[in-house]
Parts: sequence; C-alpha cells; structure tokens
Amino acid sequence: MRIGTFKLSYAADEALFDTRVQWVWLALLAASLVLFPFVAGPYWIYMACLVAINVASATGLNILTGYTGLVSLGQAAFMGVGAYTVAVLETRVGTPFFINLLVAGGMTAAVGVVFGIPSLRVKGLYLAIATIAASMILHFLFAHWDLTGGTRGLSMPPASLFGIALDQPHKLYWLVIPVTALMVLGAANLFRTRVGRAFIAIRDRDISAEVLGIPLLQTKLMSFALSSFYAGVAGGMWAYFFRVVTPESFPLINSIFYLAAIIVGGMGTILGGILGATFMTLVPEVLKLVVGWLTPWIPDALSLLAPIRTIVFGALIVGFLIFEPQGLAEIWQRIRRFFHLWPFKT
Amino acid sequence: MSDGLTRSPRETAAPILKVDALSLSFGGLRALSGVSFEVQDGSITALIGPNGAGKTSMFNAISGFYRPSAGRILFDGEDISRERPPARAKRGLARTFQNIALFRGMTVLDNIKLGRHAHLKTNIFDALFYRGRAHREEMELRQEVEERIIDFLEIQHIRHAPVGALPYGLQKRVELARALAMRPRILMLDEPVAGMNREETEDMARFILDVKEEWGITILMVEHDMGMVMDISDHVVVLNFGQVIAQGRPSDVQSDPAVISAYLGSGDLAERIRKTEAA
Repeated sequence: MRIGTFKLSYAADEALFDTRVQWVWLALLAASLVLFPFVAGPYWIYMACLVAINVASATGLNILTGYTGLVSLGQAAFMGVGAYTVAVLETRVGTPFFINLLVAGGMTAAVGVVFGIPSLRVKGLYLAIATIAASMILHFLFAHWDLTGGTRGLSMPPASLFGIALDQPHKLYWLVIPVTALMVLGAANLFRTRVGRAFIAIRDRDISAEVLGIPLLQTKLMSFALSSFYAGVAGGMWAYFFRVVTPESFPLINSIFYLAAIIVGGMGTILGGILGATFMTLVPEVLKLVVGWLTPWIPDALSLLAPIRTIVFGALIVGFLIFEPQGLAEIWQRIRRFFHLWPFKT
Repeated sequence: MSDGLTRSPRETAAPILKVDALSLSFGGLRALSGVSFEVQDGSITALIGPNGAGKTSMFNAISGFYRPSAGRILFDGEDISRERPPARAKRGLARTFQNIALFRGMTVLDNIKLGRHAHLKTNIFDALFYRGRAHREEMELRQEVEERIIDFLEIQHIRHAPVGALPYGLQKRVELARALAMRPRILMLDEPVAGMNREETEDMARFILDVKEEWGITILMVEHDMGMVMDISDHVVVLNFGQVIAQGRPSDVQSDPAVISAYLGSGDLAERIRKTEAA
C-alpha cells in the first residue's frame, strides 16, 4: 500500500519519479541493465540491442502519433534516412559514431519536416496516406541514388570507441542502451514542459490550442522533426548493429510494426512506447520457441512460422484495440493502483 | 514571481476593443452586416440576441477564426483583423467556448498550464533535458497557477483529475481558469453559465465580477441568462439578424422597443425577466 506520499514542494510534485519506491525500482532496472551482458548469452544480448533500437524508434513515433495525434506510416523510411546517413558518413567521411548519430538525427529531422508539411491540411487517414507516399519516395531514392549504393546498398565498418571496434552485440550494447535511455528520458521530460503540452493540445483540440497562442503548423512540424530525429538516431544505431543497409531494410511493413507497437503499448504514454516495442519485438521470438517445441509433432512447423507470425500480429492489434485500447501501459497502471490500495481495497 | 496577473482597473474609460462596421458572410449568407460596438477597458460588456443573431460568429471573428469580409477589429487601437489566432492570444485576447473546448486527455493542472503557453520561452532543447530555463519556468508556472488561479477558482480538489471525468459546471470553471492563465487583457466568455443551475450560475457570476474587479480584466460575454446579464453587465449590445439593434446600459436596453420585439415579437422584456427570475 502507498502511504506517506504527501509533497512539500511543487518541485517534488512535478518530479518524474516522485516516490522512493520508484527510485529503488529504477536503480534495480539500471543495475540489471548493466549486469545483463555479463550473465546473458549472445542471443539475448542481440535481442536486447534490437529491443532498445525499436524502443527508441517507437518512442519517436509515439511523440508524433500518440501525443500529437498525427498518424504516420513513414517511421521505417525515416529510420532508413538515418541508417543511410550513418553508412555514408562512416564509409566516406569516417567521423566518430556519436557525431554520425547526431547528424543522422538532424538529417532525418529535416526530411521529416519536409514530409510533415501536408499535416497542416490533412489529418488522420489522409495524413497516413501522405506519409506512405513519403516512404515510397524515400525508398525510390534509396534504390536509385548512387550515394546510397542502389539496390545493393552499403556495407560499413563497425563503430569504434577509443580504438575498440564495437563489432559484436555485447560491445554495441554499451552504445545502444545508454543512447536509448537518454532518448526515452528526453521524451519523458518533454511532456513536463510547454512544448510537450502544446503537442497534446493539438491532439486533443486544435481549435482551442490556436486560441491559446499555439501556432499549429510550427508545432506540428516541430513534432515531425523530433519524431524523425528519434527515427534517424534509431536508424543510425540499426546501421551500426547490422552494418549492411539496403533499400529492403526498411519496408513499409516496419512502419506498421512501430504503429502496432505504440497501439499495443499505449499511445501517448512514454511507458507505452517502451512496453509496446519490447513486447512486439519479443513476440516473434516467443513464437519461434513455441514452433520449435511443436516440431516433433508437426514436422513442417517451421515453414508455418511466417504466416503464424502475421496472424498473431494482426490478432494482437485487433485484440488490443477492442479490449485494451489504452494498451499495456494501462494494464501496468491498473496493477500499480491495485498495490497502492491493497489490502484495503481489492 | 512577477505580478502581472493583477492590474488595477483603469479609471479612464478608453475602448480596449473596437469593432468597426464589421461584416461577415458565408457564401450568400450574411452572418454579420456592419456591426460596430466598443468594449470599454475595465468593463463587463454583454452581447445578447436571439438564437442565430450572430453572437458566436462575432466571437469567432474577434478571436480570428473567421476573416471578416469588411470592417475592422481594433485592439488597443491597432487593427488585428488580419492576424491569426495565436498572434491575438499574445496580445492578451483570451476566450472560452460555448461547448467547452478543454483538452480532455489532460489533467486540470496541465489544461490550466497550457493557458500560459505563449508567455513561456522553453524551447525544445531545454525541454528534452529539463534543465535551466525549462525547470525554472515550470516551477514558477506551477506556483502561479496554484496560488493565483486554482485558489481563486476553488478547484484545489480536482487539480490532478483528468478533465473528461469532471461534471459540467467544474469543466466550465477549469476553462475559465485556463483563460485566466493567459494573463489576458480582455476575456471573452461564450455562454459562461449555459446549462447551469441557479447556484452554479451565481458562483460563476461572482467569479466573473471578481475577475473584473480584482484582476482588472475587461470582459466581453455572450449569454442567454438575462437575469445574470442585467445584474452584472456595464454595457449591453443587442444583435439581431447580424445587426446591432440596440446598445447601452442594461436598464436602457431592457426597455428598448426594438429589443423587446426581437425577443418576444411583442410584449415586455422586463416582464420576461421577472418570470425567469421567479422560475
């Protein structure tokens, strides 16, 4: 049960983590993230990196779609812009990775702003179609531009830190996890300030947002820029992780994956982006395990994996939309509330 | 903390808002034709008229949603009729809506804080790190919202409640709070007591009078509750079919034959008010 949580200052009431218990949990999480690479096998470290990259990108999409209410199906293509930027910088210029990641973010933000311009006029489904068009254009560019290596794409050397090549997941882990943590923290901070509140205001009621002095176009473009920045940095980390970037790396279906992740996780909550991306990344792996167990009984189970995966993804999205529209984040809130009141109210 | 919220009511009666021969048409429909009136600084001005008279159109033209086809709107002597709504907000023009336009997904506190958006300077980089300016501004804002607005409107108990879950009367009050957070010079209220019971109406009337007297904010309101309009207004403007048919002190307007016939066809408006009061 939760007692003694009265606050003595406004700062305490506005804090991101406002109780000691939360700080303890946070410290435990940080400690387990630090210890993880020393105890987990290479496969799970590989998965952890992939989850982190997806969390970063889903958090970005959540800023745009969950918080600002602008549906985008361009997130994967924006990640592609980031990935290609990093690949080009790494192969042709050879700048250090943190600069490459920042430039990738900045470049993608600029691209995002350009493709975000229609958002002033169109909303909802129509904007989704406009962003699909954006991702088609970007794919065409990736496949036909000399700089991006055409359909063969680009291969690149690993990132290096103080002369150590981050060529294995257990080394790259130390790059991906802190960067993602910083990005998630930044997003959480954003929604404690006027910028984040303006995003939500536009989502909830754009007419009264305007009356309060929030310029619609500028704020929507800012949301596009920030969301694309997240996609760009996530795409950059993706490039360092796989070290081959091709036009097929970022298909439209991946954009749907990120949208599904924030729907399942909970739109418009930071926790939702984290939980959703984690959950959706791990579901195929769990399916793989289950299918593996079934092989003794169903000999060609492995060939069924791809269709089963698609069906399970679809069912998850539909199921969450109908039964848990607030997503996993809301389930977590319910669990918390239960323990805050337990044992007096059950 | 700055003390910009309180301004002593000005003694000199200068028009803070002047609507000059304003016309507005939608296709062939003339919503407003040649409407002129003034709102004196530090006054409560009421805009009344039967349904469809053009009151809300007038409000939307003043706040910048409709572009007038002719005429001007002067705020503090400057022509604002070409400005977008955010620019008008920065000048100190705040409004509430007839059918409450709060942000339903946010808490009461966040809704009120949004009112200050245009006055804050935190940019996206401050925001991501929540250091320096972002933190300082947020703390000052929280203190001001708590101590000046939430205390004043007596909504302490619901500050963390999501707005969508509140009863109607409280939502109206939160919308007023949000408008006050804008530190407006003129506050436009679109039917502040519509759908309220007697007690809620009296509470709201008291808040409106306090806003005028303690905060020195000029008020322009559209309202159908004639009892309240006649009680608290300094100046009444009557619209009918997009034209001003009468204006003046409440007592003058009540006995104006044009107003009476607009409302009742014939008969006595004072009589009607007495009836509403009694009911």
